[in-house]
Amino acid sequence: MNEEAAKGTDMQAVAEPIIEIIDMHKWFGEFHVLRGIDLTIQQKERIVICGPSGSGKSTLIRCINRLEEHQRGQIIVDGIELTNNLKNIEKIRTEVGMVFQHFNLFPHLTILDNLALGPIWVRKVPRKEAEEAAMHYLEKVHIAEQAQKFPGQLSGGQQQRVAIARSLCMSPKIMLFDEPTSALDPEMIKEVLDVMIDLAKEGMTMIVVTHEMGFAKSVAHRVLFMDFGQIVEGNTPEEFFENPQHDRTKLFLSQILH
Amino acid sequence: MEAYIQKIPAEELKPPATSVGAVGWVKANLFDGWFNSLLTLVTLYFLWEIVPPLVRWAFIDSVWNTTGAVCRDAEGACWSIITTNLRFILFGFYPYDQQWRPLVAILILFGLLFYSRDRNHWHKYFGYGWIIGLVVMGFLMRGGLFGLPGVETTQWGGLPLTLLLSIFGLTAAYPLGVILALGRQSRMRVIKVLCVVYIELIRGVPLISLLFMGSIIFPLFLPEGITINQILRAQVAIILFTAAYIAEVVRGGLQAMARGQYEAAEAIGLNYFLTMRLIILPQALKIVIPPTVSILISAFKDTSLVVIIALWDLLKTTQSTLSNPEWMGFSREAYIFVAILYFLGCFSMANYSRKLEKELSTEEH
Repeated sequence: MNEEAAKGTDMQAVAEPIIEIIDMHKWFGEFHVLRGIDLTIQQKERIVICGPSGSGKSTLIRCINRLEEHQRGQIIVDGIELTNNLKNIEKIRTEVGMVFQHFNLFPHLTILDNLALGPIWVRKVPRKEAEEAAMHYLEKVHIAEQAQKFPGQLSGGQQQRVAIARSLCMSPKIMLFDEPTSALDPEMIKEVLDVMIDLAKEGMTMIVVTHEMGFAKSVAHRVLFMDFGQIVEGNTPEEFFENPQHDRTKLFLSQILH
Repeated sequence: MEAYIQKIPAEELKPPATSVGAVGWVKANLFDGWFNSLLTLVTLYFLWEIVPPLVRWAFIDSVWNTTGAVCRDAEGACWSIITTNLRFILFGFYPYDQQWRPLVAILILFGLLFYSRDRNHWHKYFGYGWIIGLVVMGFLMRGGLFGLPGVETTQWGGLPLTLLLSIFGLTAAYPLGVILALGRQSRMRVIKVLCVVYIELIRGVPLISLLFMGSIIFPLFLPEGITINQILRAQVAIILFTAAYIAEVVRGGLQAMARGQYEAAEAIGLNYFLTMRLIILPQALKIVIPPTVSILISAFKDTSLVVIIALWDLLKTTQSTLSNPEWMGFSREAYIFVAILYFLGCFSMANYSRKLEKELSTEEH
């Protein structure tokens, strides 16, 4: 595994905030999912968020590209504050790529069309150029030979790699990963993590919700632990795993690291 | 416990043969157990009772080109009612010497429809082809230019009228239904309520009452001296009615779409219209092809209801042939003929939808 190498050629995070979240709250009906999130993420920083299910970690990253709407506080992405302004939302979405737990590829389109669709319709790139770029990214995730197939004909790991390539086609500044390996068979997890590690090496700003602690240790600059809608603890992976401070962090780590 | 380690890898084998040859097939499919054997025998008996007399009636003893009087002495079917009255059944009161015009119009229409079967032909220039074709068809039917005598729409009837009402009705109702379905899903309350009210009101009344309203009540609201073509009013009623049903079917398709598809589309920055056009509708409409085609088929047959507002569609022209004393009593033959025409229309729709479903399938290739 080249995880150690990823850390070795590490590009340090630049001290220039790309995401700022200030006292952000969200409710689902009466349920208070996010309870005052304060978080600043620097350019090229890589963050892993972990925590028990229902702790609000997915909701948090879904707020960053406005798949969920926050009701209090501020979220500023790349200098643009997220409000109800549709134009701003669409602009931010083109700069923030997202990879989902269940891949969410478009089953009626070929792999190539899945990738080229965003650039063609959102960025107005000519089709030929968009397809060339799509092939480039497919090669990058080692799946170029499947370009003419449909998503239903690919394995889970392959589909997730296509989903990553689809996001990259929009040349995003930030990549959000919402449990990218949770729906995969065990033997396919590595191929997806390897692609993510390659991405890390290139200095992509990444926020990853995952339970893959090996990935967190070797790739993340910071690991955040969330529980009950709050960020309970955040630290470098070394400190976080070796020397957790909060009782709930200790309990969580003891439950997932056997 | 004894450890197990596989030594010889399993061979790949052919599936077992369950039946061999024609005898094997008959045994496996027709005489598989006493109950199935009994069913086979009973079915064979009924076929023996029904098919030979039917063939004798329809073909062997039938007469094809005689007067009504000769028909009355014939043992079999009197197809003469069709051959003799064919032009009236097909074209109604359209001037007799001008009936080549609707015939050419229908041939153009069938040509265009047939060419459209292949989805590879669907490009922009072919769209222009349709527009030109429609203009030519309208001109042929209506006349009044370039030396063709004008024919009032009140004289239109028979097959051209049925095709006009159904093909324009269906092609206009489909997009309208899709828009209504999207409106019903809208987050904007006013639009949503309007669509719901429309759909429920229209579905709450029979097509007949809509046709009556269009033909009798609607003109009362128009200012003095303004009249709207009777065919157009029927056409609009059919479109409004069919669209409401299509809307509900399409809504079912929209609801079958996973939330993740919307999210993935939004996450790459597609706006609402692009998300619908590129991601959601292509999938949702594909899922609902079978129920949509059911609606289209029944709408096609429902066009025959326009007889109640005195339009002479195919069914009405056939029926009126039967009121001619010479041909009275040959309703079996006349109705079988119209039934065959309607069946051909419905069957080709069903057939085409199956072909389309197969082509659009992305599961296995």
